[in-house]
Amino acid sequence: MASTRTLRRRIRSVKNTAQITKAMELVAASRMRRAQQNVLAARPFSQKVQEIIADLAEMQTDQSYRSISPLLQQRPVEHIGLVMVTADRGLAGSLNTNSIRRAVRFLADETNGKPVRIVAVGRKGRDFMTRAGREIVAEFTGIIDRPTLLDTLPISKLVIEDYIKGKYDSVYLLYTQFINTVTVRPQLIKLLPIEPPESQDAQTFASTDFIFEPGPLEVLESLLPRYVEVQIYQAILENIASEQSSRMVAMRNASDKAKELIGDLTLTYNKIRQSNITREILEIASGAVALAKQG
Amino acid sequence: MPLNLQIVTAERVVYNDEVDFVSAPGSDGSLGILPRHAPLLSTLKSGELHYRKGGDEVSLAIGGGFIEIVNNKVIVLADSAERSEEIDLSRAEEARNRAEQALNSRGALAPEELAMAEASLRRALARIDVAQRRKGGRGGVPRMSSDGR
Repeated sequence: MASTRTLRRRIRSVKNTAQITKAMELVAASRMRRAQQNVLAARPFSQKVQEIIADLAEMQTDQSYRSISPLLQQRPVEHIGLVMVTADRGLAGSLNTNSIRRAVRFLADETNGKPVRIVAVGRKGRDFMTRAGREIVAEFTGIIDRPTLLDTLPISKLVIEDYIKGKYDSVYLLYTQFINTVTVRPQLIKLLPIEPPESQDAQTFASTDFIFEPGPLEVLESLLPRYVEVQIYQAILENIASEQSSRMVAMRNASDKAKELIGDLTLTYNKIRQSNITREILEIASGAVALAKQG
Repeated sequence: MPLNLQIVTAERVVYNDEVDFVSAPGSDGSLGILPRHAPLLSTLKSGELHYRKGGDEVSLAIGGGFIEIVNNKVIVLADSAERSEEIDLSRAEEARNRAEQALNSRGALAPEELAMAEASLRRALARIDVAQRRKGGRGGVPRMSSDGR
C-alpha cells in the first residue's frame, strides 16, 4: 500500500494540474464567446454572396457562361489542392485529430491517385503533413484570434493565383465546422472550380426586369473571387470557434476528472492514515497491557 | 413606405434598419435610391454611402462591394464600411499620403500595384470626407480600422 507521504505528494500534483486546466478552461471560455459571435456575425455576408451567385448562375441558360472566369472552368484534374485549416495549438480534445483523420481519408480514398498539394493553415496540420512527407506549397501559421477578412486575404490570393496558374486543377477546403459548443465537425468542401450553389428561392433575376450595372456577367465575375475569399475566411472563423469550444470542453473535463481523482486519493489517504493511527493505538495499548502484567 | 437598408461586411452586419433614402457609389455612377426603386444589382466602388432616416443624414465610407435592391430591400455587401465616428482621421490622412506617394512614383509600379494604390487613395479620400462631415462632436472613441487591401 502506498505510503501517506507519496499520496500527499500525488494529491498536491493533481491539484496543481487542476488549477492549470481550470485556468485554461476560463481563458478558452471567454475566447470562445467572442469567436462564436464572430462566426455568427460573418455568416450573413457569405450567405448573401452565395445567394447572388446562385441566382446569377441560374439565369444563364447554357454552360458557356463558365468561360467568363477561370474560377468556373472545369479542367481535367492533374493536381489537387487541399487547403487544410487546423489549430496552431493542441490541448483541444479531438479537434485536430479528427480533422487530420478526415484529411488522411481524403488523401487515401477521394483523390483518384492524383498528387495533392497542400496549403496548410495552422501548425498542427502542417506538422502532420510534413511528417507524412506530403508536398506543402504554402503554410500560414499564427492566425490571430479575431481575424478580419483582410488578415486572410493572403491565403485566398495565393490559392486563386496558384489555381489560375494551373498548380492545381481543383481545390478542396478542410476545416472544423462550429455547430455548437459541444458539437464541432470536420468539413471538407470543394472550393474550386466554383460550383454555383443551387438557388434557394424562386426569386430569380430573370423573372423581373432587373437592372445590372455593369452587366450580369460582369457582376458575377467580380463576385467570384469574393466568394472564394469569403469561404476561406468563414472556414478560418469556424475553425477558431471550434478550437476554443473544444479546448474549453476538454479542459472542463480535465478539471472534473482531476477533482474526482483528488477525492479518491484523499479518501485513500484518510483510510491509510486512520488505519495507521488505529495500529499505533493498538501497539501502545498492548504494550501497556504487557507492561502491567509484568508488574 | 420606407426602405429596409442592410449594410453587411464580411465581419459583421454594420447596419440594418428602415430608412427613407440611400445614395451609394455605383461603379457606373452614383445611385440615388428611394422607395419603389426598380430591382437592381450593381457593383460599388469605394466612396461614400449616405442614408437618410427622418431628419438624420448619416454617411459611411465604404470600400467597394455590391448592392442589391429588391422590393424596397437594399442590401449592401461592402468590403469595408465605417461610420464617421469610427474613422481615425489622422490614420486616414496618413493612408492618403502613402497612396499619393505611391502614385507619384508611377513609373516604378507594376499595373496591379498602380491599381491598388489608386484604390487605396480613393478609399482614404472617402474616409477623410466622411470623417470631416461628422457633425458637432457626436463622435465616439476613434476605432482602429482596417486599411483597405
